[in-house]
Amino acid sequence: MFEATDQTRRKQRQESAIKYLLTTMTVIIVLPLLLIIFYLFYKAAPILSLEFLLENPIHGMRSGGIWAPLLGTIYLVLISLLIATPVGIFAAIYLNEYSRESWMTRVINLAVVNLAGVPSIVHALFGLGAFVLFAGIGRSILAASLTLAIMTLPVIIASTKEALAAVPHSFREACWNVGATRWQTIRNVVLPNSISGILTGVILQVSRAAGETAPVMFTGAVFFKAIQTGDPFAYGLLDQCMALSMHLFTISTQVPDVPDALTYGTAVVLLGVVLLFNALAILLRIKLRGKKKW
Amino acid sequence: MVEQTPKIGVRELRLSYGQHEVLHGISFEILRNEIFGIIGPAQSGKTSLLRAINRTLEFTAGARYSGSITVDGEEVGKVRNVYELRRKIGMVAPLPVGLPLTIYDNVAFAPRMGGIRQKGSIDDIVERCLRQAALWDEVKDRLHTLGTRLSGGQQQRLTIARALSHQPEILCLDEFSIAIDPVTTMRIEEVLKELRQQMTIILVTNLVQQARRLADRTMFLFEGDIIELDRSEVIFSNSPAQQKTYDYVNGIFG
Repeated sequence: MFEATDQTRRKQRQESAIKYLLTTMTVIIVLPLLLIIFYLFYKAAPILSLEFLLENPIHGMRSGGIWAPLLGTIYLVLISLLIATPVGIFAAIYLNEYSRESWMTRVINLAVVNLAGVPSIVHALFGLGAFVLFAGIGRSILAASLTLAIMTLPVIIASTKEALAAVPHSFREACWNVGATRWQTIRNVVLPNSISGILTGVILQVSRAAGETAPVMFTGAVFFKAIQTGDPFAYGLLDQCMALSMHLFTISTQVPDVPDALTYGTAVVLLGVVLLFNALAILLRIKLRGKKKW
Repeated sequence: MVEQTPKIGVRELRLSYGQHEVLHGISFEILRNEIFGIIGPAQSGKTSLLRAINRTLEFTAGARYSGSITVDGEEVGKVRNVYELRRKIGMVAPLPVGLPLTIYDNVAFAPRMGGIRQKGSIDDIVERCLRQAALWDEVKDRLHTLGTRLSGGQQQRLTIARALSHQPEILCLDEFSIAIDPVTTMRIEEVLKELRQQMTIILVTNLVQQARRLADRTMFLFEGDIIELDRSEVIFSNSPAQQKTYDYVNGIFG
């Protein structure tokens, strides 16, 4: 009764072939990542320690730790997010909840999408021109953070819009029907149900801001600068700073005779910072999605 | 029994989305404390009419209307406090929309947005509305669980409770029984018969029998025009004024 015909067997063979193909592709993606992480840790193992994190580079950056660039990166990331997050989220709320379809909003939406695709080196030049020179801020943490903010903004707007759009329209109508204003609706129903998506989008931009070299190199990051170790407020807003991404570039290409372990150690810390934030994003998403209510 | 002063007056109402006109200049009145049935096939402009009355139509890009809609003699297009207007009108959509909040918060939402803060009075409103919607007995022990976890029929009654929570004078039910079973539908219909003492009810329905059971007067709307508007006994009799009405009511078309 349930005998397989030739056609059925052919379909089954096809089914398993496809499955193996897809599995193989997935493994091919994951394998390099694991190899990179393993190799980095293996090479960096001799140097990784708390002192490595908390000491400034010494002897022309051929030994010592990475305190100055680590703190610099943290400053750059936090300040750029502090600028980009509110602006991005509010802009996205306007675009998704308030604006009406018009040529103006179409242009803005198009601009957002295209800005997200602009290469970071172009953002770097823009930052140099607009913040460092035109606005007269000079090469500083502030100018570099502003540049990173401009770079991350379009993606934050796009991801926030997507998260807002995922909240069913019927919820909004139900609120309007009982006489709630637009803002009451957004505040009480739309935002609580899209916040996980919004935050995920924001946090994923942290890794981009931390990893980019070009924008900070032009606008505020320096080759070398020693700061007070152990003092988390060692940088001022208008100081120049070191940054992990640029530090890695410097010691691997610009300075001769740097011990391998130091370079790999720096890479591990940079990767660690990025992965830490990504893990945070995932945890946050799991936690908030558990609260998702429909 | 029915007071003869109009609660809602509609004159020469033309309503369009962009170039597409869905209501072609209709006029009618809805009386105080009557149950006003609106029947007609899909796409005849029933929902658009309701959305024009409580002015949620303006959230749809490209939607416009001309003519006049009055509630209690006041032109809705000129109402300054549109939120007050919407609170005067309870709206129940075809598919139940439980807000992703607790049962309690679903019903408390409108009073809170309207500015009521005292816990005691909100408690009272929640209980009264849930009782009116025939849902209280089923949910009174789990008011603080999610409204969206309720069954479809319960959610629809929750929607009705929410529509009652801002003490509307007009209750619009837009094909409310589309997603719920006949038994629950009957329970809600019983509720409506009681509510009519306190408010005017507009009942948009695809179920011809439902309009026959409940409505004092019924309007047959077809492709944006009123075909016939009369007392339900006439509309659902063997001899309504229009042949088309007879055909529709008896399932010959539509």
